[in-house]
Amino acid sequence: MDMQDNSANIIEIRGLTFFRGDRLIFDDIDMDIRRGQITAIMGPSGTGKTTLMRLITGQIKPDAGTIMVDGENISTLQRNDLYRVRRKMGMLFQSGALFTDRTVYENVAFPLREHTNFTETMIRDLVLMKLESVGLRGARDLLPSELSGGMTRRAALARTIALDPGMVLYDEPFAGQDPIGMGVLLELIKLLNSALGLTSVVVSHDIHETASIADQLYVLSQGKVIGTGAPSQLMDSDNKMVAQFMKGEPDGPVPFHYPAHDYFDDLLGGGEM
Amino acid sequence: MITRLRIIGKSGLDWLSVCGRSGVFIAHSLCGVPNVRKGLPLLLKQLYAVGVLSLPIIIVSGLFIGMVMSLQGYSILVDYGSEQAVGQMVSLSLVRELGPVVTALLFAGRAGSSLTAEIGLMKATEQITSLEMLGVDPLRYVMAPRLLAGFIALPLLTLIFNVVGIWGGALVAVDWLGVYDGSFWANMQAATDFRTDVVNGMVKSIAFAFVVTWIAVFQGHDLTPTSEGIGRATTKTVVYSSLAVLGLDFVLTAVMFGDF
Amino acid sequence: MHSKTLEVAVGLFMLAGMASLIVLALNVSGLTFSGAKDSYTIYAAFENIGGLTARSKVTVAGVGVGRVVGITLDKDDFSGIVEMEIEADYNQFTTDTTAAILTAGLLGEKYIGLISGADDEYLVEGDMIIDTQSALVLEELIGQFLFNKVNE
Repeated sequence: MDMQDNSANIIEIRGLTFFRGDRLIFDDIDMDIRRGQITAIMGPSGTGKTTLMRLITGQIKPDAGTIMVDGENISTLQRNDLYRVRRKMGMLFQSGALFTDRTVYENVAFPLREHTNFTETMIRDLVLMKLESVGLRGARDLLPSELSGGMTRRAALARTIALDPGMVLYDEPFAGQDPIGMGVLLELIKLLNSALGLTSVVVSHDIHETASIADQLYVLSQGKVIGTGAPSQLMDSDNKMVAQFMKGEPDGPVPFHYPAHDYFDDLLGGGEM
Repeated sequence: MITRLRIIGKSGLDWLSVCGRSGVFIAHSLCGVPNVRKGLPLLLKQLYAVGVLSLPIIIVSGLFIGMVMSLQGYSILVDYGSEQAVGQMVSLSLVRELGPVVTALLFAGRAGSSLTAEIGLMKATEQITSLEMLGVDPLRYVMAPRLLAGFIALPLLTLIFNVVGIWGGALVAVDWLGVYDGSFWANMQAATDFRTDVVNGMVKSIAFAFVVTWIAVFQGHDLTPTSEGIGRATTKTVVYSSLAVLGLDFVLTAVMFGDF
Repeated sequence: MHSKTLEVAVGLFMLAGMASLIVLALNVSGLTFSGAKDSYTIYAAFENIGGLTARSKVTVAGVGVGRVVGITLDKDDFSGIVEMEIEADYNQFTTDTTAAILTAGLLGEKYIGLISGADDEYLVEGDMIIDTQSALVLEELIGQFLFNKVNE
């Protein structure tokens, strides 16, 4: 690789501000993601966790601030450079996003065929190795429609790591998984991180599962980073909002009720809006 | 009044930005050196999807349109004793107008809508984003083969439509209504000129192919990735491309056959 | 295996398209691939060309020998000058050849009929046929007919 930046932080976000329409999604956020660690980004639904992923991968551009990925400012890159940088990162989508018209084998082989000039036997070996590591070597001839939700995500993970990226971003990897599937994915993320020396970024709101594997947590709420640190530190946080989120309490600084008029006035108003 | 003006202004700006986006979109998709080894299989697959799979509807419609025109033309021309001119009527109207236009409209309904829906579905299931993340440009990988396949398939379909239509017309006129087949074909050949009629018809068809495929693929690329968004974009594809074909047809006809 | 059938299907489709183009060219528009033959250009002045257009046929005894390539107006005597391309094989039209604008059928297209004369010299590139017979114009015919009736 060219000009490898080996500083401790693989991603550095400074002063990130982002609007969707008139709505402020991120308000002057700073964030560091350390090389070789598992960093979890957590927060209630609708805080823009997925948007943050899209910003980091350069799919959308911030309104202000910089996002440095491996020493390159992702938001000012030209189209071709952007694609070059993206090859260094992998992203696991919530839906898996396997190509529905190809078998599992072809899905995993796809990035290799696109970006390398390997012979068919080399590709075969690599694909089988990746599939073995997620436990789906036997499912190579199945179509994505024939896979269960957990298997889809594992197959997608095999495709994501096919090119051996330095960093993998997981978008809600546990959403909608049964306990076994969740356990398998947790184990895989941990294993890949240590075995391949990856940097992992996990976006999730499954606190306990994520906290069990993460080295560092960021808690986002209402456009701000409200807490950061190791999982054990955050569990005992005196910030009420962090505490509410970490313990999963229904009411607190993040209100149970959507903002509304006074309840009594509404009931007695007789339907007048 | 002011708010109304503002709404008009805003929709004007929105429209302009869509135009701009679609222009950038097609430029990004088609510019650059194609990779023949990797691109050809993709192009073939799309040619199959938009070309071969559209053949049945094109052949059946062409046959019936030719037959109907022959029937109608005969019933009018026989009053003037010039029923042998049925051949030239069928061939001229098919080659100049009906062939390119009807094929383009059918193509918009059959292939255009499915292009939009397919791309929309790929977008909704994050397959497009996932391509981007794998470092593969979806404009080159997904959009470009579809655009090219449309550009190639529609003119070919038009040619087939024309031939089938004329054959259908001959079937009705000669075999059924008893027009003497010598004068049927001779009149047709005398009246139809290769340069002005066949070539101009094909130029139209190529222009339609460009417009219809562009609209279909861009609508797929630009839609909101929800089931509702896909439905709306599919409808838009059919409506916009039909209108564009008919409008463009008038302009092209005026330029090609108009006397000025 | 599957991709093979796909390739064959697409190949057949392309072939069908090409074949259609050839059918349209040969059978429908009567295009011949004889290419651009050698030809020479002669002119004829008509009092009235009455609906003759470029691309109309030029015939001798009903046999096509060339085509009209252009029609212009002679500004001095207001006659219509028809420019004709005659195939080089047919180069034995005498200088006193006559040209007439004829009609194929009652409402059919106009074409030019040439009738060779008895001179010793032949028409060459750029010559003008003077002895011509204009197109029949329906209004004039009716006018003449009425005039004759009145005179009876």
